[in-house]
Amino acid sequence: MSVLTLKNISLTLNDKKILYDVNLEFLSGKIHALVGPNGAGKSSLAFTIMGLEGYRKFEGDIIFNGESLKDKSIDQRAKLGITLAWQEPARYEGLTVEKFLKAAYSPEKGLKPEEALIRSGLQPDRYLKRAVDKTLSGGERKKVELASILAMMPEIVMLDEPDSGIDVESLERIFDAIKVLKKKGSTVILITHSLKVLEHAEDAFLLCCGRLMEKGSGRGMCKYFKGKCIPCNHQNVPEANDAK
Amino acid sequence: MPNNDALVLYKAAHIDTDLNDPNTAHLTISHDKVISSQSLPGLNVIPKEIKDGVDIKIVLEENTVIKNPVHMCFGMLKKEGVQRIILDIDIKAGASIFIIAHCIFPNAIKVRHLMDGKIKVGEHASYTYLEKHIHADSGGVEVVPKARVMLSDYARFKTDFELLRGRVGKLDLDYETTCLAHSVMEMTAKINGSGDDIIKIRESALLEGEGARGVLTSRVALRQNAQAEIFNKLIATAPFARGHVDCKEIVQDKAIASAVPIVEVRDPKAHVTHEAAIGSVDSKQLQTLMARGLSEEEAVELIIQGLLS
Repeated sequence: MSVLTLKNISLTLNDKKILYDVNLEFLSGKIHALVGPNGAGKSSLAFTIMGLEGYRKFEGDIIFNGESLKDKSIDQRAKLGITLAWQEPARYEGLTVEKFLKAAYSPEKGLKPEEALIRSGLQPDRYLKRAVDKTLSGGERKKVELASILAMMPEIVMLDEPDSGIDVESLERIFDAIKVLKKKGSTVILITHSLKVLEHAEDAFLLCCGRLMEKGSGRGMCKYFKGKCIPCNHQNVPEANDAK
Repeated sequence: MPNNDALVLYKAAHIDTDLNDPNTAHLTISHDKVISSQSLPGLNVIPKEIKDGVDIKIVLEENTVIKNPVHMCFGMLKKEGVQRIILDIDIKAGASIFIIAHCIFPNAIKVRHLMDGKIKVGEHASYTYLEKHIHADSGGVEVVPKARVMLSDYARFKTDFELLRGRVGKLDLDYETTCLAHSVMEMTAKINGSGDDIIKIRESALLEGEGARGVLTSRVALRQNAQAEIFNKLIATAPFARGHVDCKEIVQDKAIASAVPIVEVRDPKAHVTHEAAIGSVDSKQLQTLMARGLSEEEAVELIIQGLLS
């Protein structure tokens, strides 16, 4: 069953068209991937779904559980059950990990902050009292952000480049956390250009220059992406007829 | 036995239990009266009542280390009036003390609290001064703390200014520190302004000894019609002196903020840096919290709480 449907989404930023008539359906409880090279429009699409500043004026519609998100603010979308983890998480001077996680915590659905931290690969006794600031490495902040998502347990979560700044061992923890999200019924959208991340997706959508190029299984898309996109030397400009 | 005023002040500062401890020194002043005090061996506190206030001489003898924080309560329960505190503090060589000053004006409508401090920290001595304010919600307080601080070789000085409850009213803080060789100075002010509060912070330090180090930090959040002017000056004149000025101000509504960081180096082997950021709440911080379900107001509040924590 479709939980999120994108209907003819087109987006223009600073007079430059970023997304062209994107139509997509995300199925409830599945792990999806939005894959594509840098500049394909993957993050822009996620920001549009979340309704971030600068991404509110678009053509088309976004339907979440039968309801249009078009006029909804970020927090209204979050309260409906949508969230986003940034590629480069924000830093907060003085705000402790504990307070950050409690702010996201949903007692009905989410993991308790301590458990969420453990599931993200961080020890609560070492991290709860620390600030979410520059004293944490990029990888640590990424795990704290993932913990906040486990504490929230949204219906749909978009993880923007979940492997960026993460070492190999930590990446496995992140995949474990993604499995927890799926087990709890969350729909996951992985935004990536990494084959390693793409392998974990059940369904995948390939974006190139703001256009949807291909749909398929995660593993099937790996072959396509590896064969057609990674060696691509024409800046990934799709032929007009290729675009779906 | 402390009188009723003292008990009200202790309760407001949450120190009523601490002060029953015989190993904790304290001095309580209500308006211009000394109403209770307790000292410890090596710590000499000599208060003298003057017109509208108290003149206090504090001497910490050489190599005396006071383990528990010393509580100084400067309060005024009246709605109007002036309280003048003159502080002359002499921390002798090798001594160490941590003073928490509780400045409590819960009913103020027109109260002026003036503090003039002269502080000397001896060689290898350490002096930490945390100033915690509790004001009325009306903002009817004018606080004017001024201090001249001299740090001897290898001395350490740390001061924090915080407003815990109520509105700022008017604040005109002026601290000036001279740092001799290898001394370390940290001055921090964290203030949340609203209504028609007026905040002026002038912190300056002269790093004139070789290897002296200093950090001036200001964190100010302003709402409604509040105004803040932060003036930080750091001058390094000796080799290997190191300093940093760090000022952040969050501005909302019709509030106005300005920051003037001045850094000056007069020795090629010294190094001083500064950073100042003034503006609205960072949009990524805000949007991340909103994406977890917080309203914009809740998210801003949490970000400011963190900044001022």
